[in-house]
Amino acid sequence: MFKFLEPNKIFLITSKAPKYVFFIFIIVLSIGLVEALFLSPEDYIQSHSVRIMYVHVPSAWISLGIFSLIALLSVGSFIFKNKNFSLIAKSLAPSGFVFNVIALVTGSIWGKPTWGTWWAWDARITSMLILALFYSMYILAWRIYDKKEQVIKITSIIAIVGVINVPIIKFSVDWWSTLHQNSSVNILSETSIHPSMLVPLLIMTAAFSLFSLLIFLMKYNTELIKIKNKGLDRL
Amino acid sequence: MINEIILMKGYGLYVWSAFSFTLISFATLYALIKINLAKEQNKFSAKLGLLDEAKIKVAKTQSTNREILANRISSEI
Repeated sequence: MFKFLEPNKIFLITSKAPKYVFFIFIIVLSIGLVEALFLSPEDYIQSHSVRIMYVHVPSAWISLGIFSLIALLSVGSFIFKNKNFSLIAKSLAPSGFVFNVIALVTGSIWGKPTWGTWWAWDARITSMLILALFYSMYILAWRIYDKKEQVIKITSIIAIVGVINVPIIKFSVDWWSTLHQNSSVNILSETSIHPSMLVPLLIMTAAFSLFSLLIFLMKYNTELIKIKNKGLDRL
Repeated sequence: MINEIILMKGYGLYVWSAFSFTLISFATLYALIKINLAKEQNKFSAKLGLLDEAKIKVAKTQSTNREILANRISSEI
């Protein structure tokens, strides 16, 4: 099972893909930045500060998405005993963590002109901070532990426990009275954001997704070459 | 016009710093990952160079090994 996920087969694709992904990322990011900074309209209440949304929201979405994927892969590595699942999960973590930090910092910058404070111990912000702690623990565990079986077990537990926080982040604005506004973009219900703002938001989300794909591919290649380096010692 | 873009009715400092932080984070992460990748690729070719000819031949029969050598980042970072 999962023979198509064999590292040697995947490497033939992942080793060539980064240069193409990088090229597409630069194009999409350039379009997104022009749209977000110059072409999209200002908000009637928040004025130009609304432009921070174009970096804050995609970062938050992607950091949540990546952590959920890491948890799913961790469950997969437990069930199917496939080590490549944990290698993919490990390679996803750096970009997920950086997007989590970007969401926190840009949220804080947005909070100052909007709420009058850089930080509030509000349910959404605090749960995002907890997610960053889980990301840190996950990345640190890979660095601290040497034994392969042990590190896969520990990182999987961190990811599976940490993913409980993901629905808490998503629904925190509905469950508690928070400073953070409710979601304006919904898949299942009506989206309240105007198309003139939705389009740049989606373009920036595409650009950020391409960046996380690029980082994932490069990190995954690094991990595979590390394994190959150990293999050369045994030749 | 340019002043309007930079100042953004008093919100420029917040908007530009949020975008700058994002782009600087991207550049830093990309550079760190690329340096690590180059390091491992260089380590691989250095290790391969230390092997005797017969072992090099065996190593080069594997497509993954050939791919690593072909995609090696040539610039010394």
